[in-house]
Amino acid sequence: MRSLKLIIQREYLARVRNKTFIVMTFLSPLILVGMFALIAYLSMLNSSEQHIIGLHDETGLFVKEFKDDENLQYLNFSDKSLDEAKKIVRESEYYGLIHIPKADNNYDLTGKVEFYGEESPGLGTVQNIEKIIANKLQRNELIQRGIDVAQIDAVKTKVDVEIQNFSGETTSKMANYLRMFFGGAAGYLLMMFIIIYGNMVMRSVIEEKTNRIIEIIVSSVKPIQLMLGKVLGTSLAGITQFTVWVVLGGILYTIAGLYFGIDLMNAQPGQIEAHQLDIPEVNQLVADVLNLPIFSLIIYFLIYFLGGYFLYSAIYASIGAAVDSETDTQQFMLPVIIPLMLGIYIGFFAVIENPHGTVSTIFSMIPLTSPIVMLMRIPFGVPWWEISLSILILLLTNAAVVWIAAKIYRIGILMYGKKASYKEIYKWLKY
Amino acid sequence: MENLLVAENIYKRFGDYTALNNVSITIPKGSVFGLLGPNGAGKTTFIRIINQITMPDEGRVYLDGKPLHPEDIQHIGYLPEERGLYKSMKVGEQALYLARLKGLSKAEAKERLKYWFEKLEITGWWDKKIQELSKGMAQKVQFVITVLHNPKLLIFDEPFSGFDPVNANIIKREILELKEKGATILFSTHRMESVEELCDYMALINKSNKLLDGKVSEIKKEYKNNTFEVGLECENETVLMAELQEKFKIGKAHFKSINEDLKVSIQLQPDENPNDLIQYLLTKARINHFVEVIPSVNDIFIKTVTHNA
Repeated sequence: MRSLKLIIQREYLARVRNKTFIVMTFLSPLILVGMFALIAYLSMLNSSEQHIIGLHDETGLFVKEFKDDENLQYLNFSDKSLDEAKKIVRESEYYGLIHIPKADNNYDLTGKVEFYGEESPGLGTVQNIEKIIANKLQRNELIQRGIDVAQIDAVKTKVDVEIQNFSGETTSKMANYLRMFFGGAAGYLLMMFIIIYGNMVMRSVIEEKTNRIIEIIVSSVKPIQLMLGKVLGTSLAGITQFTVWVVLGGILYTIAGLYFGIDLMNAQPGQIEAHQLDIPEVNQLVADVLNLPIFSLIIYFLIYFLGGYFLYSAIYASIGAAVDSETDTQQFMLPVIIPLMLGIYIGFFAVIENPHGTVSTIFSMIPLTSPIVMLMRIPFGVPWWEISLSILILLLTNAAVVWIAAKIYRIGILMYGKKASYKEIYKWLKY
Repeated sequence: MENLLVAENIYKRFGDYTALNNVSITIPKGSVFGLLGPNGAGKTTFIRIINQITMPDEGRVYLDGKPLHPEDIQHIGYLPEERGLYKSMKVGEQALYLARLKGLSKAEAKERLKYWFEKLEITGWWDKKIQELSKGMAQKVQFVITVLHNPKLLIFDEPFSGFDPVNANIIKREILELKEKGATILFSTHRMESVEELCDYMALINKSNKLLDGKVSEIKKEYKNNTFEVGLECENETVLMAELQEKFKIGKAHFKSINEDLKVSIQLQPDENPNDLIQYLLTKARINHFVEVIPSVNDIFIKTVTHNA
């Protein structure tokens, strides 16, 4: 135990004192915030752009339906010939020209409405045009059939499904987005952490091997102690980095909020009431964030985080022990990266589609993907026994993998110049 | 004499390959023991077993009369052939870390490091990183780390490789001083001169098998074959040669002499006494040179290895 403590201490200090570590720790949040700011700025730029679209409506029915808004302005060229209208639109470099031909039948315009433009219009623009024309046609048809449109408008209701679980918690659609966001962020963070810190463990093992210090150390401590010390010490460095990020991120977030005039500190229900903000959606959103089981989320995050990280870093350590230099690691990296990527893809497709579907459930049990997939599922509410089972499987796998990895590690660190292959490593397991 | 280390019937296999085949070695307390063998003979595997880096498949190891125990690493100092240090760690910090891994307290380790750094005149290196030191300098640090915890048993695997002659001498001197203070030393090497010079006992391992072991002087006695080199001064060398050839088994001899001697090596029968030879030779010529041929460790090594091949 005493040696293990010493090793953890050394490994931690070696990681934390590293210049790259220090630079990355303090630069990453800045880069991240900068990136968000850039994206926000660019999308603002994009939406503030105004397009002008020409209209050539031979029916005369739709001109009034196209109403100008912030981004789109419609100009009526229906009194000109189509060719003239096209010419004007092109020469004035307008966004495009909508041409609605005269049809025998008012509601048979399928495939006849045309859009002329220098470039193809955005999907949203096209859908909007289609909607406007279809709506108008529909109304005309209703009127023709003698139905009172005013009455239809009067009975139109707005429906917003209120989602409620059996224990009586109300949520909204927004809450589901929040869950996706929290789950996705946690899963993604876990994957990044595993890759970054797993690699650190691996590089450190290779360093000891190529430096030839390994034999001096294993004459003092057991290889498994060294391996565990390395994995634990490195994980502490990771937690340190993570903590610094959270703190720095919080500070930067506040500063950014103040700068952009958003009063983030007001994001508390009591305060919002005090400000007489009586918009139900905003109140609901705030309530949703506060209603998320943040505390248990953090606990689960830490459990899966440690479980997943140990599993993978044990594999990383044995890879480091098997090779002589970092360039030889390529052939072993694929089996490590694939389950991680799979976890992320399952998370972003299957879990978001159906958090409790078969695929999501199975992959939240398989230990190589469960930390990521389960983390993404948890915000949607997973029965306790599923979580317990998944954690149990993860722990058992951890024990088995650490045992195998330690065996490979023990032999590998003292093997020089032997080209490691899967076959060779399998042989080591039997020594 | 009491034995510090006894290894009995050690077997070690790696898959199909047998690295040690029934090897037994006994190292007396306070001796310098040379473990000889060509590359790949199994020396390093044997040393790793003593250090408990690997476990033997069969056989037992006793240290100081008791079966080897994980705690015993405190009593062993090991300088491996493949050695190195953390490149980006400072010398002092690193030495402290490794010393504490061996069980020393921080204060104790610091004090002893100070003593050794002063003794080897490397005090100024404390805050330097290993990557700033030369290879020889780094090896001095490694030597200090090996001996720092005052181990009963010191194991040096090819200790002089990589040292320049000046530093090699310093290390040799330190090793002998440690021996005088009561440490037992195990040398593993294929450089025979160092065995000749330092070792009291030796064992020879080749292809996983121990071929011979024992006291160096006794092994030499066993391997000498009653052969003598003589330098003779006489009037008629051809006549004398013919006469000697008839009476003894003779051969050519090479040694430095200031005289224009007839140089001959004469091998006697095991029961014959060299005194009789001298008496006989006295009547024939003037004897300028008379030396018993004692095989060097190198000769024994080559003879045994080729004989068993």
